[in-house]
Amino acid sequence: MSTAYGSGTAGHVAHHGERPRGLGRWLTTTNHKDIGTMYLVFSLTMFFVGGTLALLIRAELFQPGLQLFNPGFFNQLTTVHALVMVFGAVMPATVGLANWMIPLQIGAADMALPRMNLFSFWLLFFAFVLLISSLFMPGGAPAAGWTLYPPLVLQSGSAFPMAVFSIHLMGASSIMGAINVIVTIINMRAPGMTLLKMPLFTWSWLITAYLLIAVMPVFAGGVTMLLTDYFFKTSFFNAAGGGDPVLFQHVFWFFGHPEVYIMILPAFGIVSEIIPTFSRKPIFGYEAMVYAIASIAFLSFIVWAHHMFTVGMPLAGQLFFTLSTMLIAVPTGVKIFNWTATMWRGSLSFEPPMLFALSFLFLFTIGGFSGLMLAIAPADFQYHDTYFVVAHFHYVLVPGAVFAIMGGVYYWLPKWTGHRYDMELAKWHFWLTTIFVNVLFFPQHFLGLAGMPRRIPDYATQFADWNMVSSIGAFGFGLSQLLFVWLIVKCARGGAPATAGVWDWPHGLEWTVPSPAPYHTFEKAPELK
Amino acid sequence: MSIAKRNSRLSAIAGALATLAAVPARADWSLLNMPRGVSELSREIYDMHMIMLWICLAIAILTFGAMAVAMIRFRKSRGAVADTRMLHNARLEAAWTIVPVVILIGMAIPSVEKLIKIEDTTGSQLTIKVTGYQWQWHYEYLDSGVAFFSRLARSSDRARQLGSGIDPNTVDNYLLDVDHPLVVPTGTKIRVLLTANDVIHAWWVPAFGMKRDAIPGFINEMWIAVDKDKPGTYRGQCAELCGADHGFMPIVVIAKPKAEFQAWLAQQKAAQS
Ligand code: HEM
Ligand SMILES: [Cu+2]
Ligand SMILES: [Cu+2]
Repeated sequence: MSTAYGSGTAGHVAHHGERPRGLGRWLTTTNHKDIGTMYLVFSLTMFFVGGTLALLIRAELFQPGLQLFNPGFFNQLTTVHALVMVFGAVMPATVGLANWMIPLQIGAADMALPRMNLFSFWLLFFAFVLLISSLFMPGGAPAAGWTLYPPLVLQSGSAFPMAVFSIHLMGASSIMGAINVIVTIINMRAPGMTLLKMPLFTWSWLITAYLLIAVMPVFAGGVTMLLTDYFFKTSFFNAAGGGDPVLFQHVFWFFGHPEVYIMILPAFGIVSEIIPTFSRKPIFGYEAMVYAIASIAFLSFIVWAHHMFTVGMPLAGQLFFTLSTMLIAVPTGVKIFNWTATMWRGSLSFEPPMLFALSFLFLFTIGGFSGLMLAIAPADFQYHDTYFVVAHFHYVLVPGAVFAIMGGVYYWLPKWTGHRYDMELAKWHFWLTTIFVNVLFFPQHFLGLAGMPRRIPDYATQFADWNMVSSIGAFGFGLSQLLFVWLIVKCARGGAPATAGVWDWPHGLEWTVPSPAPYHTFEKAPELK
Repeated sequence: MSIAKRNSRLSAIAGALATLAAVPARADWSLLNMPRGVSELSREIYDMHMIMLWICLAIAILTFGAMAVAMIRFRKSRGAVADTRMLHNARLEAAWTIVPVVILIGMAIPSVEKLIKIEDTTGSQLTIKVTGYQWQWHYEYLDSGVAFFSRLARSSDRARQLGSGIDPNTVDNYLLDVDHPLVVPTGTKIRVLLTANDVIHAWWVPAFGMKRDAIPGFINEMWIAVDKDKPGTYRGQCAELCGADHGFMPIVVIAKPKAEFQAWLAQQKAAQS
């Protein structure tokens, strides 16, 4: 490509109206908006696939006793559910939003590397074809949990290499996406948009992209070592051959902890866009928000072993990881306080994006509190591997990451489609989702504290009541998501036209282009005041 | 659904509301919170947990309160006008960075003390080696050589088969019963050595407060001590995913007064030799 603006100006096939129609368009497009849409649709599909698996799990857990599945298949369900939700639903959703919004927010004509962009989407697509089809292969999908701990994972059937290869593809795809984001942000900002003038969503993604580049190769290395242990008897993780099973846990969580921030930092970015808009007031403490994201990202590299307090670490190790983990609460607190201060003396209205952002604010914070409790090593000896942990990570992932993403969709949907959506329906979706998510996950705190281990297909009878409540919440939550799809389809098809600004108090470049955003935007860089 | 069952379900929901409102003390508190347990360590861990819970609750009331006030007072529908010049405030921001650091240090100090105590396995009077297998436990009293396997009780095992048609509610201690329980003396510091034969397992009895992984090829250690005045039967489960029957390898420990324990051990030894 000759210039950084290659795709927008060099006139390749997909330029101005000459773009192929139908399927051909989606297979060959290099337009950031098309690719963003493909990522978002893919993510929504995976959200339903992962959600269906979750509902199968919750159906089995509705009552004590085994009614539906053999325990081995149950373990495949939890493993694939988690991998699909993490790598197929949450991450691609944030990548989709990045593709759509980063060029619009920084005044660039497209992403810097459009062909790689398309390549990384299709890699992801086939990664999931492989992963999901492994459920139907002899031996089945991996059943050792998404953490893939050896030696257990090495007992997987013959479809194991397919799952590993699928993880390799996901990793390659994420790394390409991350490189694309970094190159775009560093090189293609409109003149006058200095780093500290960038919108916070763009900032959060810049930092997320560095996290991705740092940790995905570590994970890829880890699973490759699993593969060589499986086929070539290398004994990286086999004590009998001089290896160490715990080594894998260190490798995994060195990836895994930053991974949870890869999911939540873009969510922070989205919420930082929504709250000012509906408070009609700029974000409070912009610079502190940027530094907070950066410090969270840095700290996320030095806390990984808080997932491993029970492996028998030396005392000094336990102390270090307890303290470093607690430290993360400080920048996270700064973000929560700054969002609250943004609302303070604002002029608040409660459109659907704001409702989701506010729900995020409350419920993500609950997940933050249980996280703080889990950081205390002595208490973690009780909490570890119980439903308390399941409750914790679902609070940060579902009303955390997923709610922020839904808020982002409600925020930008009129910009994408050019139509206003059905506010009533969106509010119904919001309230049902918020109520059921708590019915689903809050009782899991009780279950864990009362002693129910996680990753079990059946449980002692004293856990029956709360499991039933949780399962009812799960089905309510799942069904409510159909409203979301219905609303999006309706909005894509038609509706009252949206103005360029869409909201009362739009701020940022994305609101200066018409709605729907034209196929090519900012071919000439905008002027910043 | 029987009336009694429905009632218990209703009371469970009422219980959730009660906890949410932070109203303490309910009849079956044990279904909502961590057990205090029957050892010094478990009580210290419980105290740590409760301190954390109260601190989190206090912070939650403050932050959620501030958010709620903002949401009520600064509504556009009530005519609130945004103060768009409120961009930052160095003092305030410094305060909400420094105050949490202080609170965190306050939380960290007691946890350091407790960790040091938990990790100190010296001065134990009895050593038991626990080995995890897919899917049962093996116990060995290292000082006397008594050893046996412990696996899910037949009654539970029959009921837990897919489509067994047996109602788990009719099985005593469903999934929490074994054929040969571990027997330990009360009032004794017991060193537990943990390892595994195949994959990683984790040995956990909530009433003792501790959980530790049993890792093939490595030996972990921890200690437990049941209160002198709390003999009884204590139940737990494997806590690290270890394959298909991970949910079906419970742990049952019977704590007996020292003299009774010695008698039991001598009898076992005689039987095994
Ligand atoms: C419809 C909403 C959801 C329901 C009903 C649900 C339900 C469940 C259930 C029942 C488990 C198994 C827990 C266990 O046995 O240990 C589980 C595990 C998990 N879920 Fe979800 N989940 C939902 C959404 C999500 C989302 C959105 C994410 C991530 C973004 C997620 C990430 C995970 C992870 C990482 C695990 C751990 C799996 C493992 O043990 O390896 N879940 N979920
Ligand atoms: Cu972590
Ligand atoms: Cu086990």
